[in-house]
Amino acid sequence: MVDIKKITAKNMTDKEFFFGHKACAGCGGSLAVRLAMKVFGEKTFAALPAGCMSAVGFIFPQMAFLNNAIISTFPGTGSMLSGMRAGLDALGFHDTHVVGFAGDGGTADIGLQALSGAIDRGDRIIYICYDNEAYMNTGVQKSGLTPYGTKTTTSPAGKNLSGAVTHKKNLFEIIAAHDIAYAATASVGYPQDYLNKLSKAARVNGTSYIHIYATCPTGWGTPTETSVSLAKEAVDCGLWYLAEYENSTFKINRKLTKPELLKEHLLKQGRFKHLTDEDIKVIESERDRKWERMLEKWG
Amino acid sequence: MKTQMSKQKVFISGDEAVALGVRLARPHVISAYPITPQTIVVERLSEMVEDGSLKARYIHVESEHSAMSAAMGASAVGARAFTATSSQGLLYMAEGMHYASGGRMPIVMMNANRSLALPWSIFGDHRDSLSMLDSGWIQVYVEDAQEALDMTIQAFRIAEDAAVLTPFMINLDGFILTHTYEIVDIPDQSKVDSFLPVFKTPNKMSLEKPKSMGFSTSPADNMEFKYQQHKAMLDAKDIIHSVDKEFGKTFGRSYGGMIDSYNCEDADYVLVTAGSVTGTARIAVDNLRSRGIKAGLVKLRYLRPFPDEEVRAAAGDVKAIGVLDKDISFGYEGTIFTNVNSALAHLSIRPVSINFIAGLGGRDISIKDIEGIYHDLEEAVTVGKDKSFAKVRYVNMGVEIDG
Repeated sequence: MVDIKKITAKNMTDKEFFFGHKACAGCGGSLAVRLAMKVFGEKTFAALPAGCMSAVGFIFPQMAFLNNAIISTFPGTGSMLSGMRAGLDALGFHDTHVVGFAGDGGTADIGLQALSGAIDRGDRIIYICYDNEAYMNTGVQKSGLTPYGTKTTTSPAGKNLSGAVTHKKNLFEIIAAHDIAYAATASVGYPQDYLNKLSKAARVNGTSYIHIYATCPTGWGTPTETSVSLAKEAVDCGLWYLAEYENSTFKINRKLTKPELLKEHLLKQGRFKHLTDEDIKVIESERDRKWERMLEKWG
Repeated sequence: MKTQMSKQKVFISGDEAVALGVRLARPHVISAYPITPQTIVVERLSEMVEDGSLKARYIHVESEHSAMSAAMGASAVGARAFTATSSQGLLYMAEGMHYASGGRMPIVMMNANRSLALPWSIFGDHRDSLSMLDSGWIQVYVEDAQEALDMTIQAFRIAEDAAVLTPFMINLDGFILTHTYEIVDIPDQSKVDSFLPVFKTPNKMSLEKPKSMGFSTSPADNMEFKYQQHKAMLDAKDIIHSVDKEFGKTFGRSYGGMIDSYNCEDADYVLVTAGSVTGTARIAVDNLRSRGIKAGLVKLRYLRPFPDEEVRAAAGDVKAIGVLDKDISFGYEGTIFTNVNSALAHLSIRPVSINFIAGLGGRDISIKDIEGIYHDLEEAVTVGKDKSFAKVRYVNMGVEIDG
């Protein structure tokens, strides 16, 4: 295994592994990939399905990854990672990381079957879902991880509907239900927590999964300079949460600190600007229900 | 042509012959999902991995899409990869098949030819693989279990050739070949090892030279990549011939490369076939010859790359050509017929050509049926010269649509 010490903002390598790409300013997804690669290092073989990070990082002849990387089919990230792991092991390259970086649609919708297969096999791979809550690369369409009330280009907000009518799919628990070796949620707003989880994932002898909340100024209608603070706020007001699953046990890493921020947090984003007080009540009660359940079961 | 016999002969099915061929080829990774009538291949391979006689990583994937995706992942890091499928499974892989060929990943896959739903049928025809003819895979159709085993070994050698780097599909007629038993000669492992060296490719990710693969291109570059892919497939013809010859020298069996012609030298009427029905057609040809009818036979071994020159050379100057298709391209004709006619179109004087659609969904094709096909060809030339005749005919059905 690759030797990984506790990595912090202070001792993190200056070496960049994902640069020169064409991601939008303030992109949370590219930050998630950049930090992950600083932890995993050069002996990493990455696979990325169709999505923002593959669209901005592999435009011939300008390749943005310093390490080995390949675009997988949209539904096939989990299985391509398994094939890479098997191939590397068969050829004797055990001291390597095999890592997937997929968006919310590529993970929770079209890629879920292949991911489930990989977790079921327990293959030593790391799967990172950068969740920007819609199909951003294709132009902001609703995915299974788009939260209630979100205005997207396929869940418009109008006279009859207030954007997306379904709640965010509970993917972290779906992944954990496989009894995966290691799973965690993270946010680009809490980078140290993310770095710790990346380091943990890198040491797992089995499948690991990190679901990172990743701001998208383009799709969310937010200023580029607020990407990190928004992702932090989402955790603070309880719309997202930091948790882990290991040794068959859930653990909450951060308490709900500022539940009262919810309304203000939503209304500063273009995608939620249309929400009425009633809509916000729906979101609030869903949040409360989720936290009650988490605290009761995992607390 | 079986001139030299080695020591080991076994009585096995076509599926088992492929599994033994795969073991001899020493793949690093096997990704497998079961589908009738391919299942025995992946069952035998799992047993070989379990008993240690095959040192490969066996990945139980959750679908055929993932079978291809995992094989691509393995190939991308420089590992030799094998998978197998059939019918609906092949179609479920469709995205990955174009992906693997575009990515120049020399994966070898066995396909048990089976009908496509709807209506459901687990029995054989060629509609599955022919619908993937444009996916950029080399396609070979074998006649018996021995050819299935031998082509499994040749497949890796051809696919992995630096001039080719193209994935390879070995087609076996479902049930007719996959589930019937024949005596098969098993080549020596040491001879296979020298015939098929360890897989080496520049087209892979590595720690020494990290690489980005599977990238995207703009309209300024895309055509060049697709042209190179096409050229490699065309160049594969020479490699197919030379590998088959070398295989013959090493193992005492060779198959004629792109096609295998039988009694074509002085033939008036030639039937073009693919796959196991060729064996039945050989007997029909023998029967007709004994009655003084100059019948010949062309077995198309490869459908991609297509043996256009070989077809013209073997049967360009006959009176009539029949093409037997276990397929319909709905709204037109059999796909092999279209391809053969396209090859014949380059001749200034063309023989009469008739399409015989037969054997869909596993319907039997008898020696008598094939003799009837030759009779139709004869009639089209002698009787029907001045009047129009049905260009597409349906064997054993009693229905014809005027073409």
